[in-house]
Amino acid sequence: MLLRHTPAEPAVAREALTINPAKTCQPIGAMYAALGIHACMPHSHGSQGCCSYHRSMLTRHYKEPVMAATSCFTEGASVFGGQANLLEALDNIFTIYNPDVVAVHTTCLSETIGDDLKQMTAKAIDSGKVPEGKTVLLANTPSYVGSHVTGFSTMVKGMVTGLAACTAEPKLDVFNIIPGYVEPSDMEEIKRLTQALGVKTILFPDTSNVLNGPMTGTFQMYPDGGTTVAELRATGDSRATLALGPMASSAAAKALEVQCHVPCEILELPIGLTATDTFIDALRRLAGVSVPDSINRERGQLLDVMTDMHQYTYGKKVALAGDPDHLVALTDFLVTMDMQPIHIVSGTPGKHTEERLRVSLDKLGRPVNVKIPGDLYQLHQWIQQEPVDLIIGGTHCKYFARDEDIPLLRFGFPIIDRVGHQYFPNVGYKGGLRLLEKILDLLMDRQDRDAPEEKFELVM
Amino acid sequence: MLDNALYDLLDDRKGQVLETALDTAPVAIRCETRSAAGSVSQRACVFCGSRVVLYPIADALHLVHGPAGCAAYTWDIRGALSSGPALHRHSFTTDLRETDVVYGGAAKLEQALRALIAEHAPRAAFVYSTCIVGLIGDDVDAVCRRVAADCGIPVIPVDSEGFKGTKKDGYKAACLALARLIGTSADPLVPPAPARSVAGINILGEFNLAGEAWMIRDLYARMGVPVVATLTGDGRVDTIRRAHTARFNVVQCSGSMLGLATMLEEKFGQPYRRVSYFGLEDMAQALYDVADLFADEDPGMAARAAAVVAEEMGRVLPLLAPFRRDLEGARAAIYVGGAFKAHSLIKALRHLGMRTVLVGSQTGNQEDYERLQQLCDPGTIILDDANPVELSRFVLEKQADLLIGGVKERPIAYKLGLAFCDHNHERKIPLAGFEGMVNFAREVHGSVTSPVWKFSARRRS
Repeated sequence: MLLRHTPAEPAVAREALTINPAKTCQPIGAMYAALGIHACMPHSHGSQGCCSYHRSMLTRHYKEPVMAATSCFTEGASVFGGQANLLEALDNIFTIYNPDVVAVHTTCLSETIGDDLKQMTAKAIDSGKVPEGKTVLLANTPSYVGSHVTGFSTMVKGMVTGLAACTAEPKLDVFNIIPGYVEPSDMEEIKRLTQALGVKTILFPDTSNVLNGPMTGTFQMYPDGGTTVAELRATGDSRATLALGPMASSAAAKALEVQCHVPCEILELPIGLTATDTFIDALRRLAGVSVPDSINRERGQLLDVMTDMHQYTYGKKVALAGDPDHLVALTDFLVTMDMQPIHIVSGTPGKHTEERLRVSLDKLGRPVNVKIPGDLYQLHQWIQQEPVDLIIGGTHCKYFARDEDIPLLRFGFPIIDRVGHQYFPNVGYKGGLRLLEKILDLLMDRQDRDAPEEKFELVM
Repeated sequence: MLDNALYDLLDDRKGQVLETALDTAPVAIRCETRSAAGSVSQRACVFCGSRVVLYPIADALHLVHGPAGCAAYTWDIRGALSSGPALHRHSFTTDLRETDVVYGGAAKLEQALRALIAEHAPRAAFVYSTCIVGLIGDDVDAVCRRVAADCGIPVIPVDSEGFKGTKKDGYKAACLALARLIGTSADPLVPPAPARSVAGINILGEFNLAGEAWMIRDLYARMGVPVVATLTGDGRVDTIRRAHTARFNVVQCSGSMLGLATMLEEKFGQPYRRVSYFGLEDMAQALYDVADLFADEDPGMAARAAAVVAEEMGRVLPLLAPFRRDLEGARAAIYVGGAFKAHSLIKALRHLGMRTVLVGSQTGNQEDYERLQQLCDPGTIILDDANPVELSRFVLEKQADLLIGGVKERPIAYKLGLAFCDHNHERKIPLAGFEGMVNFAREVHGSVTSPVWKFSARRRS
């Protein structure tokens, strides 16, 4: 028992602490979002350790080099403010690493001492530390607020406030898509779907071909992928914005609406059948296109497997840990397949998450444990009290998946012990099919493993 | 020197890189400085240093006082094995929120400590301060004192605010925390045993990654030396409390525990020796050194140490031969946390017929780098606190076949079509000791001779 120190029943009340967090802090989300801009150097305005931890964690998750710079705070900076550090940092970064964009995010340290990023950046521009034509983006991401998801959201909003511009010539045939906190593979899949629909889009951020790049025999500081500065500027001229995942994407979409009068629609992440339907339909409606046969066929295939295999998903209990936008879409998908998501935690605080979850959970007609914000220790305790057939969550769930002998479907952030998430999407009908295949593999492998010899079946 | 490769180093960085030359005395390198703001440094912070040193103590509570991120990033990332309790594999944090930052987090800390001690009955608790705690000024010491008095276990604050220095300062904070434990008694009615009363040693700076401490303890046991405490691999609070009873301390790992060895020498009169357990010569020397420490009271130990070394060498050398055959002439680059380990790696690589063409560290000091210059062949690049751009440029220029490094270096090596060996947190097999040398050779061999490189653009050209 790896987590033998987790009792099934809580021995003491614990309001003041988190055990085995189901989240991490804002700056890493900001860093991830910034990596979705082409030729961008993410910059961590704080201690050296923060930047190092985020790069390590992202490297473990993507198995790719992750570049980011740091203000290298000292004790002096934490007393007198980090202005000198930021100015020196911008000067060094543009001189040596020559990015198009430096995307600065704060940390708990720089936030608490009250560093004013806007004023400091203005000063950097005034004193010539930012070369002509280069951009500095800003995001306030203290670690004691929100989680990696809100950090992502804030940096995406920073892209809008820092770059989006409306010219006299709006482009009525172009749509913005904010993909939410999803994998590079998902962003690629969203682009494939919009192309198939014949809709011109600007996707931002876009980490595909940045964090799932090919092996080329060279080290590229700035890989080929990422939304370009020109594209980010042009988002202000688009016809409308589709924001996928309210928590990760709506802030930027709303900012763009206010700033450049680009109307937005906020949808759940297109994970699973019905959420993908909603997404495809929104694009169809907004762009006035018809859905091609190729996409209809993909939908039909997903539905086909759902029907073919529904006796294996029927009534299966699931415990989930993850980010709000992921959980809402996943829960809906599971309920569509007659599965029972009965224990759900997210470390990310948020008033509306439970409400959004209940929309599909209420269809179950049974009590469901939901804790927002909750932690993995709580989830493990619930699983001990009422066991499940499947756990869905990041790598850290593997401890209690092993202890309780329950199959684990790795989903979300971080996944630091398997590959695949970088390359194969979870969004869209294809992504839904992949998810379903994985779920079925886990459930049916378990059935095979546990079947007594006389009931061991060849055909399933 | 280095005309073509040095041209676009940051001005600030130029003193931190050099190339060894023939027949010259070692040159001073700039090191132990802070990284320039804006650099893509591979370094970490004070908190990180403290956390890695103390975390292997498996029956202690490790509570990170700060936002959840600091706890999440250091949750069980080092594979420090325990033979018993595993409380250290949980991640405990006060998860400070905005209101705590405004009104202070001390009350929350106290509540958390009391709840956790009640639920898990740890033998001691370590409370790690993160950046934010240093700023909002929580009186962590007072909380720890109160809870310790009420709960009857040591509750030790670790001054590990991230911005207060480098990873090395984190080691120091961890050593201070350990020093508060050593020489105390678990039972207030029983005085601690006298200092240096046991004819054994402590192993300092060994964290039992992949079970390395167990292998080393076994080697010392075979030459008749009991190990009183390992700090901190497979560590237990009560054994650490008794560490002062050992006759001597044996210290490995450059920065992390030398400070503690000095403190223990002053406080309890325990002499220490610096050793390394990586590579055959250094491992053998680590056994001879201990025999030497016991030369007066146990003159037969030297012979027993020699017997252990002979037996192990006899077993291991034939196993290395086939690896060496394939690796002869290959070139290696080393970029590790502490420079002391690099010395051992250079020697270990020579055993495999490999030449080191680049060696760097995050935290080496002047003495470390001077020794490196003496140890390396002419034309070797030596660098302190490197960034990915420099690393990739120099490994290509020096035509390295292998990079030895840590988590952030691995994907860079692979993108370049270079073999890689993790000699840091993420090693999954023991690389220390005689057996570890065979594992090291197998791992290096597995990567350097892998068929995958045949398909890489760089290798084809």
